[in-house]
This record gives sequence, C-alpha cells and structure tokens, in this order.
Amino acid sequence: MTRIELTVNGEKRSDEVEPRLLLVHYLREVLGLRAANVGCDTTSCGACTVLLDGKSIKSCTVLAVQAAGHDVVTAEGLAPDGELHPVQAAFRQNHGLQCGFCTPGMVMATVGLLAENPHPSEEEAREALEGNLCRCTGYHNIIKSVLAAADATEVSA
Amino acid sequence: MSILGTRVLRTEDPKFLTTGGVYTEDVVDDRLDGAYHVFFVRSPVAHARIRSIDVSPALAAPGVVAAYTGADLAELPIIPPSAAGLMNVEMTQRLLAIDKVRFVGEPVAAVVTEHPYQGEDAVELVEVDYDPLPAVLGFEPDDSSLLFEAAGTNVAGNWGEASSLKPDLFDGCDVVVTHTIINQRVAPAPMETRAAAAVWGDDGRLTAWVPNQGAQGTRDSLVTLLGLEAGQVRVITPDVGGAFGAKFGADPEHAVVAWVSRQLGRPARWTETRYENLIAMTHGRAQQHTITIGGSRDGDVQAYRLVIVQDAGAYPKIGAILPFLTILMTTGPYDIPKAEAIAKVVVTNTTPIGAYRGAGRPEATAALERAMDLFATEIGVDPADVRRKNLLPPFTEPHRTAFGALYDSGDYVTALDKALAAAGYADLRKEQATRRASDDVRQLGIGVASYVEITGMGDGEESPPEENATVEVHPDGTATILTGTSPHGQGHATAWAMLASEELGIPVEKITLQWGDTDLIPVGGGTGGSRSLQHGGAAVQQASKELIEMARLRAAAQLEANAADLVFDKSRSAFAVAGDPEASVPLTQLAENERLLIRTVFTAPGATFPFGTHVAVVEVDTETGKPTLTRVITVDDAGRVLNPLLAEGQRHGGIAQGAAQAFLEEFIYDTDGNPLTTSFADYPFLSATEVPSFELADMATPTTYNPLGAKGIGEAGTIGATPAVQNAIIDAVSHLGVRHIDMPASSRRVWQAIQQAATTEPGSEH
Repeated sequence: MTRIELTVNGEKRSDEVEPRLLLVHYLREVLGLRAANVGCDTTSCGACTVLLDGKSIKSCTVLAVQAAGHDVVTAEGLAPDGELHPVQAAFRQNHGLQCGFCTPGMVMATVGLLAENPHPSEEEAREALEGNLCRCTGYHNIIKSVLAAADATEVSA
Repeated sequence: MSILGTRVLRTEDPKFLTTGGVYTEDVVDDRLDGAYHVFFVRSPVAHARIRSIDVSPALAAPGVVAAYTGADLAELPIIPPSAAGLMNVEMTQRLLAIDKVRFVGEPVAAVVTEHPYQGEDAVELVEVDYDPLPAVLGFEPDDSSLLFEAAGTNVAGNWGEASSLKPDLFDGCDVVVTHTIINQRVAPAPMETRAAAAVWGDDGRLTAWVPNQGAQGTRDSLVTLLGLEAGQVRVITPDVGGAFGAKFGADPEHAVVAWVSRQLGRPARWTETRYENLIAMTHGRAQQHTITIGGSRDGDVQAYRLVIVQDAGAYPKIGAILPFLTILMTTGPYDIPKAEAIAKVVVTNTTPIGAYRGAGRPEATAALERAMDLFATEIGVDPADVRRKNLLPPFTEPHRTAFGALYDSGDYVTALDKALAAAGYADLRKEQATRRASDDVRQLGIGVASYVEITGMGDGEESPPEENATVEVHPDGTATILTGTSPHGQGHATAWAMLASEELGIPVEKITLQWGDTDLIPVGGGTGGSRSLQHGGAAVQQASKELIEMARLRAAAQLEANAADLVFDKSRSAFAVAGDPEASVPLTQLAENERLLIRTVFTAPGATFPFGTHVAVVEVDTETGKPTLTRVITVDDAGRVLNPLLAEGQRHGGIAQGAAQAFLEEFIYDTDGNPLTTSFADYPFLSATEVPSFELADMATPTTYNPLGAKGIGEAGTIGATPAVQNAIIDAVSHLGVRHIDMPASSRRVWQAIQQAATTEPGSEH
C-alpha cells in the first residue's frame, strides 16, 4: 500500500492505496465519487474522463498513485451544489444526453476542450470528442451542446 | 397554453450531469453490504467438448470464496429454445456450460471473491481441458459438425417452407434482378455493460438489481431460470446506461449471480468488462437475404421474393424470432402485387443473436430498399421515381398487407417528396452528374430509403397491446406516477410528467416518475419495440383524466355542489363551482382527506406503423474507397409529437446507429470462430468524427389508435438510415459498374468493388 495526497474537487485527500489501483476506481470506490464510469477496457470510450490539473484525462488509464500531488476535478465538483456549470447547463438545454452513462465524461472532455480552444468549429469539436463514445445521441446534440457552451461564456476549467 | 407538443427540458438531467446516474454498479444499499464479487470463466474456443474443469487452483488464490461449474448448477432448469414449437427442442442451454461449449465467451465457471481485483486474477487460474470440435459458421452450415448432436441438424427451424415458393412468381416481368446480400452481425454495445446485484431475504425472496428494459420481464426470466415460484423474485431497476434491445429479460449470468448469493448466504455483485460484453451479450442482425425483384421497364414493381437465413448464434434466443418480423414487413410501404418470403434459422458457434434497435424490421427494409435500387439501376430509372411509382397511396383506414400486417395509417409519397425536397434532390443529382463527367476523385452518392415499420406490437390480434399507469396527487402539491414502461435514456420522467401536468395542473417539476420495481409495479411491458409513449404515455394521460373525474365527485361532496357544475381550473389545480370561483377546493386538499390515487390500464386496438424516408449523401474517394457521410436528411412520421426535443433525440441516435451499420460496424469472427472485434479498439463503434449533424424534416400524421395520436419513434433511425447510407455509397460508384457492396461498406470493400467492376464486363452483375 502507498499513501497518496492529492486534491479532489477542491478538497485535500490522503489515502492508502494499492499501487495498481486505477484513478477511476480510487474516485469511485474510495471516495464514493461515482459520476465517472468505466465503459471499456482499452481507454477507448472516455466515460471516465476527469480533469487532472485542468486537462481532461481518462482516469482508467492513470494510476491513483500517479495522481498524487495533483489536482483532480470530477463532474461532481464542476459547480457548487445545486448549480450547473455552463457546460452542464448547455448539455441540458440542448438535450445532449440520454442514458447519461457517457455524460460526466463527455462534460469533462468538453470543459477540457474549451479550456484549450474556447471557440471550436463543429469539426474541431467532433475531433476533440473522438475519444468519448456515446451510443444514444448520435453525437448531434452533444456537438450542439459543446458549441452552445462555447458561445454562452468563456469557460474556464 | 398546452404543455403538450413543447420542448420541455428533461427533469432527469441535473443528476446525470453532476453526480451521475446511479447504475447497477453504483448502487449503494445496506442490503448489499459485504457483497461478494462474481467473475465468469468463459470459453476461449468456439466449439469443444469439456473434458474436465479444475477450479482448485483458483480456490487457493487470495480472496477466493468459492468457485462453481455447470455440475454445481445441474439441478437448475434447462433453458429451452425460443419460438417454442418452431425451433428444434434439443437446442437447449445451461446457465454454465456442461459437457460442451458452443461459442467463445460462453460461461463455463463462476469464481467468487471478496474484492473485485482478486476475481480478475483468479479466473485465470481455473483449468479447463477442452477437446476442440470443428466450428460451425456462416449462413449455410452443413451438418458435418453439429452444435447439438441430439438435434441431428444445425437448422433450428423455419418460418415458412421453401416448397411454398411459387416458381412462376416472376412470370410476366420484363426485368428480374436477384442478389444475395448480408445484413451483418453487429454488437449492441450499450455504454453500460451488463451487471447484477443480488441478495436473498430471510423470507426466501430474491431481490435483484439488474440493468433491464422491463423489470417485470426480467423478474419472470429469473423465476424461470432459477426454477423459483412466482412471487419469489423482486427486481429493482437502477438507472440503465443504454440497452438497444439487448437488455430484455435476464441472461444466464444474472441468474448465476443470484444463485451464488443464495448458495453463500451473502449478497453478490457482478459487472462485466467491455470484452465480456462484446463477446457474451447478445448480438444483433446476422441475416442473409436472397432478394429477387421483378417488374416492367418503366418502373412498375410486380413481384418480390425474400429468402432469409437467420444466423441465431449458438442458442436460439430472440434471434430465432427476428425473421417473423422481417417477413411481416417484407413489402414495406410498397404496393407489390405478388410477394413471398420465407426464413430458415441456423445455429452457429457464435454469440447468440438477440434484439437490436429495430429487431427484424431494419433487416426487412434493408433488403427491400437494396432491391428497389438494384431494380432502378437495371432499368435506368431514378431510384426516387421507382419508389414514388410503387408506394402505396395515402390511406386513413387500416390497410392489410399480404403478410398479415395491418397498417393503421400512412402517407408514404408525401414523406418521400418532403425528404427529397429537404435534401435538394435534383441539385444533388446535378452535382453528381458534374462530378461524374469530370471524373472527380471524390464522387457523390445519394441514397434514398423509404420505410414503414411496426411499433407497439401486442401478442397477436387476440391479445392487444396494453400498459398500466398509477397517478397519485399528494397533499403537498406534488404527484407521483408509476409506470410499467422502463426508461433508459428516453426521458419518460419528463414526458410522463408533461402528460399528467396537462390534466392535473401540477408543474412538471413537482411530478415524480417511478418504474422498474416489481414489488411496487407488478405488471408492465417495459420499454422496447417503440411502445412506451403510445401505450405507457397514453395510460398516464388516461389515469390523470380518471383521477380528475374521481376528484370531481369528492369535490362536489365537499362543496355541496352538483358535480356537473364544477369546473377544474388547471391554473390553480382546483375545482370551482361554475360562476362562483370563491367556492373551490384544490386537489391537494382532497388528497388530505383521502388518498387521491388511481390505477388504470390503457388498451390499444393494435400496433402502429410509423413511416418515412431517409436521404443520405456521401462522398467516396475513388482512389482509396473511403466513404464520407456528409448529410443525412430524414422525414420520420411517428404521429403527433409530445416533446420534439425528445423525439428528435431518438431520431438522431437511431440515424447514427443505422449509419454505423451501413459503413462501419461489424462483429467479426475468424474461420475458427474466434471473435476478432473484442474491444472498442477493434470494434469500430461510431465516433463523433464519422457522422455529420443531421437534417430533420417534420411530418406528423396522427394515429387514431391512442388519444395522443402517437406512434413509436425509437427505432426509425436504424430502419431508414442503414439502407439510405448503403445505397448512397453504392450510388457513388454505380457509374463505374458497381451494383452492390455488402455492409459495412468500408473503404476496403468499396475499393475492392471498384477494382472488381473495372475488370468485369460492363452490364453484368457486381
């Protein structure tokens, strides 16, 4: 077991973890933050996407020990309780989600994208979300949500 | 102003966007404290006799509590094939394989551990000695190797007999075209894989959390699979991360998890990996079609024959029933004087086939729309014109087809013309001609597909479709709805609340929907076959109206007024005496005195038949064969729309899934029956870069089969888009002599077709 210290959604955390524990399992099982989901075995689907130091990463492919000393933000921590972050609000406004399984990852990937490129074209948005899979929406309203979020405000991670 | 027909935002969304849905793996419940974790040992070979299984090395591993094989579950019921009476009764399955394995991924043993990571290690330690047998694959398997020796054949059954085909069906046709095409096997691949959590109470009852499309059906499946008495199982449905037809009922793994829990006297949980999901959750489609179409040189289609082979996979499940629906929809929206269809169902050493978005109807449309294009190309008439010439004229009285389907209402020509207009069809053809004339590397393809489909089926005309709903108004001004449907992305919580709000005058935000708990809602048909709004939604509206009438009588008694003199003021959610608004009583007050609750059952006269036309535009790079989907324009008439936001979402998702089958997705096996597309790195699951935004044109012809005027919309996309995109890709290279490309019409296949056409005599097939 290894002790890790990191910040998750603005709170300092310190836990003993198995060295092989994945960050996504640390978030879900140790901290009880279950918005990020595991949808594949191969870093293909992006359902586990979170922010690490402001950049979107797939938390199934990062060990918890690798996140030590870093700042992690999940969908739970994006906005204060009871409020929606502009990206979350845009997804709701544009029906950018159906079953919801890909949604927290899709939202975090979008926040990461807009931090790097505040006004993506449709093509850029599609390219940026290529690693986040959705089976329900056909991506139409997801892309609409991303572009609307970009229009709505200067989004910062 | 009515809330019906408006774009109400989903009340479900804030949770999904912040803390996330609570899927089966996320469920935290006291009853599941200390749960063991179940892992499955799965067959690595397609077809083999099991010589021996040794679980002892796994039992010695850290954290392993128990390990079980088929022998341990031998007293549990044998699983019979579906379509009883039509499929070979010897083609049975066990929860864990005994004696033989029949597909890669078939569960052979279950290992139970304290912690999840221990199970991943321990399953590797179970030693199974296999004696491999030749794998049975493809649509025309011989009987040299048999999946089920006792059956004596690999043919599971037939829908209609080959001897019934009429040799003179095409007599009198100027032109007859025939082709054998493949509607390939695809993986449903919902983002949430299969999972289960199970615990037994002291009363001997099982409580099972299972991602499903209808808790009542899943409960009944578990009762059957475990040999229990009705009433011994309670199913609770957490949020479900997509299903697409593949989460109906219960699978062997769900039953094993429940059995393990009882055996060990502890709760047990299971979540499969994506690898397991891709090889062991049912697949979809997997039909071979031999289509023959004949008619006159001016485009009159006079005869059509569809000969189907359904690959059911290793065990005849829902897949064995799909040809019934394909045959039912053989002639689709067309008036074809002579038509016939039969199907043969075969078993192969592959993952069993189940329902997948559309389930049998996309296959019918794909075959028919390919046939229309083959015929149009042969006679040199525009494919849109051939369709217009043969579509049934508009009808408002039900139309009975030669295959027994009773279409409720339809206006197919208008749908076609609306779609063509929205696409700018004539301009697209001009652009195509220009590119052809200049021998452009990027050729334009335009694909058209007209369809009619069946939604909200009951069990035959003697047993019409129905659904129940319970509506209760509470003293605090909130309301609760119980429904027998089972949303997993469709937005019923919002849509059903809209229907109740309209009648009760209670805001949508104050109405809560409950579903999927079989103790709370013992009866229900779930969500599938695009049935939910037309039955479940209609039931909610009916219950709400009945509640108002019940409340009216109570209000009359309280106000000492004549019930007929009371008016219900929706703005106050209160009854008032006509002409004396001061004398009023709100629903909340009536609910204080006595529970204001009603349960009702809505019964529909039959299934409804939505229809439409899809137009796809592709660019094909003739040097590489790469197709790029640039536009999809659709008209999908599903009757009156309750919430356009939700209906459009259903269309978008379906279009994308349908398009994905046309040019990307296929579940592939090698010649030994080894699956090759076992991860999202290998299975070409559609991504955002491979589709454009879609162009939806509106058309809404109400049905009279329910007061909402609504037909189903969930599967329109996979029915129309698949042949539209496939036809577009073939159209892009048809001037080079290409007549057909099987799906997925990938770069490689398109390139090969171009090369083959270049070396083939002009005018001959392919």
